[in-house]
Amino acid sequence: MKQSLLKFFHKIEPDKKKSPFLHTLYDGFFTFAFAPNITTKGGVHIRDGMDLKRQMVHVVLALQLCYLFGTYNIGHQHFVALGEYTGFLQGVHLKLIYGLIKILPIFVVTHVVGLGIEFYYAAKKGHGIEEGFLVSGALIPLIMPPDLPLWILALSVAFAVWIGKEAFGGTGMNVLNIALLARVFVFFAYPTYISGDDVWIAGIDKVDGAYVGQEYGWIYGVFDWIFSGLGLDTFGAGRMAVVDGYSGATPLSLAFQGGWEKVTETYSAGQMLWGTIPGSVGETSKPLIVLGALFLIFTKIADWRIMVSMVLGAAFMGILLNLWDVTPFMAVPWYYHFYMGSFFFAMAYMATDPVTAAGTPTGKWIYGFLIGVIGIIIRVLNKAYPEGWMLAILFMNVFAPLIDYYVVQANINRRAKRAQALKAGV
Amino acid sequence: MKNTASKAIFTLLCCLPMNFILAQTEAGNTGSSYFTYTLIALAVIIFLFIVIQVADNLISIEARQLGVAGGNSFSLFPKWSEIFSSRKPAYLNGEKVTVLKQGHDILLEGGAEKHIKGIAQVATFAIQPANFIGVSPIPKLEVEVGQEVKAGDILYADKKRPYLKWAAPVSGEIVAINRGEKRAIAEIVIMADKTIQYRQFPRFALETADRAELVAYLMDAGIWPLIRQRPFHLIPDEDTIPRDIFISTFDTAPLAPDLNLVVDGQEVAFQKGLDVLAKLTSGQVHLGLDASSENAPHAAFTQARGVAKHWFSGKHPAGNVGIQIHHIRPIGGADDVVWTVGVQEVITIGKLFTEQKYDASRVVVLSGAELEQPQYVQTWQGANLGDLVKGNLKTEKVRIISGDVLSGVKKDTSSFLNFFDDQVSVILEGDYFALFGWLLPTLNVPSVSPTFPSALLKDTTFRADTNTHGEKRAFVVTGNYEEVLPMDIYPQMLFKSILTGDFERMEGLGIYELAEEDVALCEFVCVSKQPIQEILRKGLETMRAQA
Repeated sequence: MKQSLLKFFHKIEPDKKKSPFLHTLYDGFFTFAFAPNITTKGGVHIRDGMDLKRQMVHVVLALQLCYLFGTYNIGHQHFVALGEYTGFLQGVHLKLIYGLIKILPIFVVTHVVGLGIEFYYAAKKGHGIEEGFLVSGALIPLIMPPDLPLWILALSVAFAVWIGKEAFGGTGMNVLNIALLARVFVFFAYPTYISGDDVWIAGIDKVDGAYVGQEYGWIYGVFDWIFSGLGLDTFGAGRMAVVDGYSGATPLSLAFQGGWEKVTETYSAGQMLWGTIPGSVGETSKPLIVLGALFLIFTKIADWRIMVSMVLGAAFMGILLNLWDVTPFMAVPWYYHFYMGSFFFAMAYMATDPVTAAGTPTGKWIYGFLIGVIGIIIRVLNKAYPEGWMLAILFMNVFAPLIDYYVVQANINRRAKRAQALKAGV
Repeated sequence: MKNTASKAIFTLLCCLPMNFILAQTEAGNTGSSYFTYTLIALAVIIFLFIVIQVADNLISIEARQLGVAGGNSFSLFPKWSEIFSSRKPAYLNGEKVTVLKQGHDILLEGGAEKHIKGIAQVATFAIQPANFIGVSPIPKLEVEVGQEVKAGDILYADKKRPYLKWAAPVSGEIVAINRGEKRAIAEIVIMADKTIQYRQFPRFALETADRAELVAYLMDAGIWPLIRQRPFHLIPDEDTIPRDIFISTFDTAPLAPDLNLVVDGQEVAFQKGLDVLAKLTSGQVHLGLDASSENAPHAAFTQARGVAKHWFSGKHPAGNVGIQIHHIRPIGGADDVVWTVGVQEVITIGKLFTEQKYDASRVVVLSGAELEQPQYVQTWQGANLGDLVKGNLKTEKVRIISGDVLSGVKKDTSSFLNFFDDQVSVILEGDYFALFGWLLPTLNVPSVSPTFPSALLKDTTFRADTNTHGEKRAFVVTGNYEEVLPMDIYPQMLFKSILTGDFERMEGLGIYELAEEDVALCEFVCVSKQPIQEILRKGLETMRAQA
């Protein structure tokens, strides 16, 4: 089987000179199927089995739980807002299909745009396709609101990959986290699509000042036909009224208004923990994210120092604000901060990006801690930004080289001092 | 100090369950009272700690008064070392051990049985000028093809430094002088006699002679190239006096020879070699000893006289002399010169003084999974590799390496063992395509990454091949070089500074302390498949040109 597949691949290999783009494309897919037959030349004769593809793919693997839950939760939130199937396991097929209809276009557009640009540059520069976008492409759908218009998504991905990465020289050279750059682009260019209370639940429109459910188009009709054939519940026509008291607000905006009491009026701590709340697609379920984080730590893909120090930083700042205690949000006990918002997702997948984080072990402690501190400051004190992690991480991305500079300089000074002592001794 | 810290942590751990109880009673209360409870809990912990500490002291005082041996072992607190560090072997007798946490042992199949099989049937031997860095590629030849030489006769001298002379390792006829690129001399090949004839040297009075006389004597005997100098890993100049001389008595590289076996029976020559080296340095001769194996190192090492001994315990590269220098007395700069000598080279030096001959015999380990019979053999410097592995190869598609798999050099059956190498590794060539190689948890791939199940199964051995398991990429991952380099150095920053040609940073980040073999493991683990050893050599050459 393997041999015939190899033969097939060799048969369809396009000419490198005549069509460089096609060849790059081919090379990308070929190396995806087969690890290449390159052998060591000079230097070490055996190499570790780990390569960048494997490294990146394991992050994507860790994200799969978030994808699964995120997809389902899109549907769950939609139906809960309409007052239907309010139990988590009611209407499973409808919620899952609804989620898939929402997330698949996001996923496809992200990859078509992002990989397209990657392929173009790989062909232009004449190197293989680099794996960086495997992770960015898997992360971007998870940090966007489910109803984000696809053209905005395409613009943001293009911006992030083009300006954020390729302009700096490709994978490994970027200063800012690509996935967050895509999100921050939407955040500042099209703020109404990614902030406020109206965007976090899919398929709820505002018609004449009142919220109603979306109309279910032809694609839902196709599934309705299947479901009715199987004797299951169907989507129907749509345009249903939302439940009484619907606001769509996330715990964070509630906390800003009235502290922890106000939050718990709408969401229970358990709901926030397990993630059956509105939010960006993949960031709501804390246990699943922590599971992914543990997987990354255990496989040594991501650095545990950044994660631990970020928790410490957030806890430290949370305690400080508890002591200050002026606004209702400041009074929210520091440990409840971990229940709300996307802290864990940012910690596990965003802050630990090795390219944009600090590179030295000491630097990583400082880097993570400061992200924790700044993130909580933005979350609690800044009215304009309901969640702080995106901005905190991008901010610290910029400072990571500076942190590293001082850590390395300390090493240089230590060595210089030692050399001087040695000279004085002789 | 450390003990107190361990006590405090232990007490904290003991009190942890209490925290949970407190937390439960707190449930339902507001946040502020949680603080109060935490404070109370802390106070209780401190109180308990004081009580236990007082009781602990009273017990040890009582024990001392009763005259019980080892009064400290009655402590209520388990000692830090008792919990975490592995039990130190008995042969150490409480000597200080430098424990190196970072590193990685690549366990390969094809280790040799610890027994020397006798003299290998090797017909030709060669000295290769290209084995030395900083030596002109076309040396001044003292011999010609067809000439008969004795072991110890001078074959050639360096053009730039004519006092540097190389001696013939065996006696016999010069059968070929092979030239490489740009007419550089690649090999001077000697067809060995059945019994080796030695050039007899005059007896040298080591005790009364001064250093200059000794240096001249060593130069004439072709001993000088056996010594290497750091920084830069070169043959030293004639007039440099090294600050210290370092010798590692164990090799931790994959399938490396056991030097205890090598030194067995050569104790006198080894000690004599140490005595000679001691006369050459203004400082001391330092021996690095292995503290991680179960059995004590050979008495020739542990009982060596006139040297400073340092125990090291850890995975590869703990046995590398560069790592040991870093932990004994690190190199301070370009002008801070130290020398390093291998164990077999020390024996060769010693034999010049005990037997008045240049004895370049070497114990060489033939290792690797592609050999029918991995074994130790007795031969001489620069033995022909084809002869060494003749009739011993399992398949044809192999790579024959002079040295270990990390920093050795690719050779073929017509070429020769490199000057300093005492190991031949034979591994499979890996020019195959692996279906979904980047995803599957393959078993037979050595790796430091826990994404491979083999990382969980300790003592798994691998039949490794030369496949790179991926393509070259830019530096992406951080922190994994540090995990295999037990030095206070930021390797990735250093390599980047070499690539950008930043002299000051290279110097500041410690390039002088490194040689290729020290960073070989960094190259092995590199996720981006960068040629780390090549980068380091480039940096060292840049710095040497500057100096």
